Amino acid sequence: MKLKIKAFGVTKDYLGGKEAVIELKGQTVGDLRAELNERYPQLLGLRSLYIAVNRDYADENQMLALTDEIALIPPVSGG
Amino acid sequence: MIKITEKHIDVQKVIDTVSSLAAGAVNVFVGTVRNNAKGKNVVWLEYEAYETMAVAEIRKIIDEASQRWPLLGWAVSHRIGTLKPGEVSVVVAVSTPHRKDSFEACQFIIDTLKEKAPIWKKEVFENGEEWVSARPELAAKA
Repeated sequence: MKLKIKAFGVTKDYLGGKEAVIELKGQTVGDLRAELNERYPQLLGLRSLYIAVNRDYADENQMLALTDEIALIPPVSGG
Repeated sequence: MIKITEKHIDVQKVIDTVSSLAAGAVNVFVGTVRNNAKGKNVVWLEYEAYETMAVAEIRKIIDEASQRWPLLGWAVSHRIGTLKPGEVSVVVAVSTPHRKDSFEACQFIIDTLKEKAPIWKKEVFENGEEWVSARPELAAKA
């Protein structure tokens, strides 16, 4: 399935913009992470990378659907 | 009140939203932009938020704080966009019947916000820029 991924912070630089489209063979957040790491190896250099699904931090085994709002959350630094 | 804004934050207005006649304490944290980081001069900061999720995460933090302390009023206001040294980046205000709870709740809210809210800052130096704490080697030096 084709998923739209929102990028924030430093991940915008790695993905080349605020949004990227990923053709995912698997179905879970973990599958997406593996695909992203392969396509954008700079992500592996981050201190941490969470994936948010529908505005909530997601587990690796969470299933993804076409309509999900998916976002990359590199280490946060608000405040 | 939870607000993510590109406009200057009026600290007094945030305080006013938490005022309560039943309160014996109003506690306020004001975060400001520091003019230096890692021994270098900071020219400005760029703040970015995943706004809808940031509001949702801050709401969860407030919910937890409300269970732990008797909050009469609360407010969180966070700036995004370009901020110069000295400008206010975040304000947390709470009111409670007694002061001890107000200190603890306010500290819990700002500490947890910094840990969980999807908000990022990029430091812009005179000769370069860096997303704060993104990579391990930079975090270690911070």
